[in-house]
Formats: sequence, C-alpha cells, structure tokens
Amino acid sequence: MIPELGQFALILALCLALVQAGLPLAGAALGKREWMALARPAAAGQFVFVAIAFGVLEYAFLNDDFSVLFVAQHSNSALPIFYKFTAAWGGHEGSMLFWITMLAIWTVAVVAGSRSQPQEFASRVLGVLGIVSAGIIAFALFTSNPFTRLAPTPFDGADLNPLLQDPGMIIHPPTLYVGYVGMAVPFAFAVAALLTGKLDKNWAKWTRPWTVMAWVWLTAGITLGSWWSYYELGWGGWWAWDPVENSSFMPWLMATALLHSLAVTERRGIFKSWTVLLALSGFALSLLGTFLTRSPVLVSVHAFAADPARGMFILGLLGLYAGGALLLYALRASKLEAEGGFKDVSRESFLLANNILLVIAAFAVLLGTLYPVFVDALASKKVSVGAPVFDLFFLLPMLPLAVLIGLGMHSTWKITAFGPLARRLAWPAAISLAAGIAIPFALYDKTSLLTSVSSAVGFWVCVTALLDPVSRFVRRHAAPLTRAQLGMCFAHLGVGVFILGVTFVSAFTVEKDVALRAGDRVEIGGYEVHLRDVRPITGPNYTAQEGVFELSRHGKLVTEVESQQRHYTVQQTDMTEAAIDTRIGRDVFIALSKDLGAGAWAVRLQVKPGIRFLWLGSLLMALGGVIAVTDRRYRQPVRAASAAAATSKPTAAGTG
Amino acid sequence: MWKFAIPLVVLVVIGMFFYRGLSLDPSDVPSALLDRPIPEFSLPSLADPDRPIGSQDLKGKVTLLNVWATWCIECRHEHGYLLQLARAGVPIYGFNLKDDRASALDWLASLGNPYVATAFDGDGTAALDWGITAAPETFLIGRDGKVLFKHISPMTAAVWQRDFLPVLERECKNADCPFLAAAGGK
Repeated sequence: MIPELGQFALILALCLALVQAGLPLAGAALGKREWMALARPAAAGQFVFVAIAFGVLEYAFLNDDFSVLFVAQHSNSALPIFYKFTAAWGGHEGSMLFWITMLAIWTVAVVAGSRSQPQEFASRVLGVLGIVSAGIIAFALFTSNPFTRLAPTPFDGADLNPLLQDPGMIIHPPTLYVGYVGMAVPFAFAVAALLTGKLDKNWAKWTRPWTVMAWVWLTAGITLGSWWSYYELGWGGWWAWDPVENSSFMPWLMATALLHSLAVTERRGIFKSWTVLLALSGFALSLLGTFLTRSPVLVSVHAFAADPARGMFILGLLGLYAGGALLLYALRASKLEAEGGFKDVSRESFLLANNILLVIAAFAVLLGTLYPVFVDALASKKVSVGAPVFDLFFLLPMLPLAVLIGLGMHSTWKITAFGPLARRLAWPAAISLAAGIAIPFALYDKTSLLTSVSSAVGFWVCVTALLDPVSRFVRRHAAPLTRAQLGMCFAHLGVGVFILGVTFVSAFTVEKDVALRAGDRVEIGGYEVHLRDVRPITGPNYTAQEGVFELSRHGKLVTEVESQQRHYTVQQTDMTEAAIDTRIGRDVFIALSKDLGAGAWAVRLQVKPGIRFLWLGSLLMALGGVIAVTDRRYRQPVRAASAAAATSKPTAAGTG
Repeated sequence: MWKFAIPLVVLVVIGMFFYRGLSLDPSDVPSALLDRPIPEFSLPSLADPDRPIGSQDLKGKVTLLNVWATWCIECRHEHGYLLQLARAGVPIYGFNLKDDRASALDWLASLGNPYVATAFDGDGTAALDWGITAAPETFLIGRDGKVLFKHISPMTAAVWQRDFLPVLERECKNADCPFLAAAGGK
C-alpha cells in the first residue's frame, strides 16, 4: 500500500507541475494576474508531493520492501543501513526521482528568491521550471517508475552494485545532481527573458547567484566523483574522460563561461545574446548528459541503466526543451540590444576571449564524447576516443585561458591602458616563469618543456590571484575587497593550484605492477613497500583477502596500510579496496589486485606527487563561488519598480 | 538574424545522430547464455527422485525449459497458456525452483501438467549455472543444445507470438518442429 502512495504522490506532483507550467505562462502572455499568481502555490505543492514520493522510496528501502522491483534490484537485507539509504539513488529509477526532488527544491528556492522580481517575469521563470519538471516526472512515471511492484516477492534483494557501496557514493552523485539540475534555473531565467523580450542588468543580477550556486555544486560534485573513482575503482586514476565524466564536465565548462559572461552583462549591459545562449546550452548539455547516461548510445562504466525506450523519451525531452529554447532564441535574440561598447584591450575583451576558449574546450569534449556515436551512425563501427586525444585537445585552449585569467583579473572595464597593466604584471610573470622552471627541477631533478610551461602557468594564476588580497592586506588603509572580489580571487587561486596539481601528478607519477608474496619487499619512488601478510576477512555482505603493507622511507617506517580484494557474495563481484597513504605533497597508492596462485599476489603500486593539490584546487574554486554568492548586492532586494525599468542604474561595485 | 539560428541547427544535427544511434544499438541482451550451450546439469525428477533429468534430455530437439515454483504467483498466471502450448505438441520441460516436492506435485495434479518432465532443484544450485534469478523464466533451447531465447516473466500468447515464433520459424528450417503449425507458426 505505501509504495502506491508514493506513486500517487508522484502523479499529483505531475498534475501540479502541469498547472505550474501552463497557467502562469499563459497568464503572463495574456496579462491575467490571477493565473500568474498560481505559479508559487503550484510550485510549493509540487515540492510537497515530490518530497512525499521520495520519502516513500526511502521508507521502502529502509524496511527491505522487496515487493518493490527497484528495491529488490538494488538492495539486500544484509546491506548496511547507510547504503540502504543511499541505494535509493544507486539505480536509474531512483536517480530520476532524485533528479525530480532536486528540481523541486531548486524551484522552491527560486520561489523564495523571486519576491523582488516583477510578477510577469517570476511567473515565466516558474512556468519554464514547471515544464522541465513535468517532462521529467512523466519520464519517471511512464518509463522508469521506481514504485513498480514485483511479483512474486523475492526473499531477498539482488544487492547494491559494490562499486556504489562506499561513503563517497553518499555524497558524490547527489552533489553532482544538484549542480546538474541547478542549471535549469539559469535556463528558465534565459527563456523568461526571451519570452519577455527584455534583458537588462537586473536580469543578470538575478541570474548570477543561481548560476554561481549551480556551478559550486557542479564543481564539488565533479571533484568528489574524481576523488571517488581514484580510491574506489582501484586503478589510481583521477579522470578518465569517461562519457559520463564528460557529460558532467561540459555543463561545468558552460556554467564557467556563463558566470563570466553574466559578470559582463551585469556590469556593462553587453554580451546579452551570448549570455542567454550559454545559459540555454548549459542546461541542454545537462540534459544531454542525462541522455548519454540513461540510454544505450554510449557504453560507459557509469551507464547503469540502458534502455532504448528511455533513450527515446529523453531524446524527445531534449528536443522539446533545448530545441524549443533555441528556436525561441533564433526568433528573439536579435532583439537583445547591447547597452554599450568596449575597446580591444579591456576586461570585456579578456572575458570574451575566456568565453570563447571555454566554449571551444566544451566543444572539444563534446566532439570527443560523441565521435563514437557519429562513427557508429555513419559507418556502423564501434570506436572509442582515448584519453591522450582528449588531453591534447583540452590542453590547447586551456593553457592560453590560464594566461588570460591573470590578465583579465587586473584589467579594467571599457578600456585598459596596456602600459600600467604590463608594469603591474611584469614581476608576477617573471616570478612564475622562474618558479615554473626551477621548482619541478629542484623537487624531482627533471623537467620537460610541457611541465615547465604548465607549472609556470599554474604559478602565474596563483600569483596574480593573490596579488590583490595580499597587497591590500599589506597596505592596511586600502579599502577591503568585496565578497565577490574575494570569491573571485579564491576561485582563481584554486585554478592555479589545480593546474600545479595536474602538472605534477602527470609528470612525476611513478608506478609499478609487481607480483608479491607475504614477506616480499619492493622499492618504488624512494619508498620501500613490504607485504607483511595476506589474511582473510569477513565483512557484512562480502568476504575479502586483506594485504597488510608496511611503507618505509630510508629504512624508517612511515606507516602501515591495508588493501583488500573483496568478493561481494550476493552480486558475485570482485572489488579492490586500495590502500592510500596521504601526505600533502604526495600519495602512495597500493592496491592488492589479483591472486596469482601459490601465495603470490599482483600488486599495483603508485607514488603520486601533487594529487592532493588537484582536489584542493577544485575545492578552492567551489569555496570561491560560495564566498562570491554571499556578496552584499545579492542580499539587497531590488525594488520591483526599478527592476521593471530597463534603464536602472548599475549596482554596487562588481567584479569579473 | 540568421546567425542566431546556428545553435538550433547544431542541436538538430546532433539530435539526428542520436536518433540513429538509438535505433542501431542492439542493447536487448536477455541472457548471458544466449547462443551458448546450456550448462551441464543433472537433477532428480520431480515425480520420481530416482530418475535423473539432465542436459542430455534437452538436446537433439527444440524444447522449452520453463522455470516455475508453487510460491510463484505469476507462474499460476502462465500455467494455462503452457497447457495450451503442450496440447499443441510443444515439448516443455519444467524446472522446479527452490520448492517443496509434495506441494509441487499437488500443484501439477490440481492445475494440470504441461511438462514432459520436471527437474527438481530444491536448493537452487543448478539455477545458478543457468543464471536464473527468479521464476517464471522460459528458455528456448535449440536442437544443438544452445539457448536460442530467454524470456523473464510470465509466458503469454503475446510473448509467444512476438518473441518465440520468429526464432522458431528461423530455427525450424533445418530442425524438426512438428508442433510449429499447431502452435501458431507458419
């Protein structure tokens, strides 16, 4: 009975989403205030019923209700209760419900933040969000219902995929999904602006915090995903250009471009049609990501559910949302007039270059991801695009972009005098170049052209990001930075730290695959690894062989770590639990992988310098976003009257 | 202005490729055993524990293997159609999964017995080799002892027409299926 209540709640949510989609949009077009007024209560009601549906699914998981097909497929009575809870989004049906829940939460947040906006605009935004929500709920109900019953009821469930039985799984997909879904908000704002035919600086000011928040979640989600795959997949990589990784990364690149473009639109009233296009493509790429992961078009470790009917439905939604929005764009974008101009050397021109490079990078990733689909469609061959190709085509736009970050931060709006800019940045440039050449050499006794260049670029971004905060801190009388400026510095510092991390980990990683018996010793990257013992272990729903390793350096014991080769009994799957000794400067990664027989084990050893910087950098970026979004000007309500006027005054000091 | 239509054109092109990609992909792989020989097994017969039923019984002719149990409610639904197929002359072997012998015999006595013979897998160990996860499931096994098709969930007239008959019509060109016409085939 209870699962049926969940399904009923979801159906009611669909009805309310249709109300939220239809009447406010029609009301805004026809000027009927009472229709527009329905947007907020409908959104709130939809949230309540979606929350009930999600709660019911969790209830079914926590109570081992294996009469629900989705629960029977993704849980087991022996599964630890923590993972029973997270198993709710460990499969296709549940993750769609999770998607819907997140959208409902974002929508309610938009409702709360929309009080200062004109009613016509707010109803259009909520109406567009209603259309998005209705489509996804219909998708869940008609093709992937999480509440479908299973007859006969099995005695026990098939258990959760062991890959997903990990603490990282509790936070990584939800975080990423929040970001993915969050891109629907700038999308709705952009469509509303196209429908209204008016896009002013206030529009950019309303859209910007939502974009930053979605971007923060995306950043955090991608970082967590990278970290999760690093220690859980057992091969020591942090990014594989897997289609699903790419499909979270493309919206991120678009969102990053959108943030910067919005800064220009908010501050100067230009780049309008470009900003709108980025907002539309950001969400289109989120949907594309959903399509790629939820259909059999691409094979990937992440594609847990592959079904052509579902693929067709999502393709239809993609066509409806992205196609509809881009059609509207084709018809209306020419009406969005620029309010000013700018010179060749100015903050605007640097940000424009930044945008172009980010979009090129996103396109490179998109092409690489879709190339197998194209080849399959045209020549019926199965191919895959390897990581080296992605590395190259991603690096080409990214290195110049990193150089531009430093220039853009220190240039001024409208026109930048080249002389003062060059004088200001001469020292940072010299220091970064010297550090880029000297530091890799000093630490590892070797370097290469690419290593030197990219570490110089990394230092350049760090130094230029720190220039303002540090110099203002030293000269105490100077005006403090606004939150937005401080956030920008943090985020850019994160970019620099990230570049350094990537450079060091790709240039100086040492790895070895060896066969070891208990008692054997092996040397790697200045460390001595001693396999002391291999012993059997019994977990709640798995059995394992555990290797106990002693790690020492120059004859002194550093630490003792355990790596397990697990066998999950219900799913009949083997998993490697790597042992990782973490220090700020390097990780030592040990994975006990295969039983070679006669007491010998295949062991994978890696010493990875700088890998922590990579995640530290990403987290700094996300932190920068959080700081920026708390800026005072987003907390001050804009009066509806002034918002309605297209020629409102620019607000408090902005930043890039 | 025409330049604002470029994004739409790009989307349409990508969408067309996806549409093609979706129709190309043979993602429907019902069983890992498909086109592979059936696993070797030998189980006691349900009716007579001393008489073994094994992979040898299933080879040399086109047969169905139907997985059932008395605890399986859906099996009751498909039972009538299985009887109908049996009357048409389709040789159906039963695979009784994790069941109680007495109640299984009662079931056949009261509902009718469509099976040539039923293998009794009381503890479900042979089911593991077959990749059986639940009941009901129906395997279509070729003359050469290879799995031609596998269907999970109850057997119905619609499933038989849609999924089984086309495979049978293909297979029976070089194998002997006397039941084909009676069971609805060409």
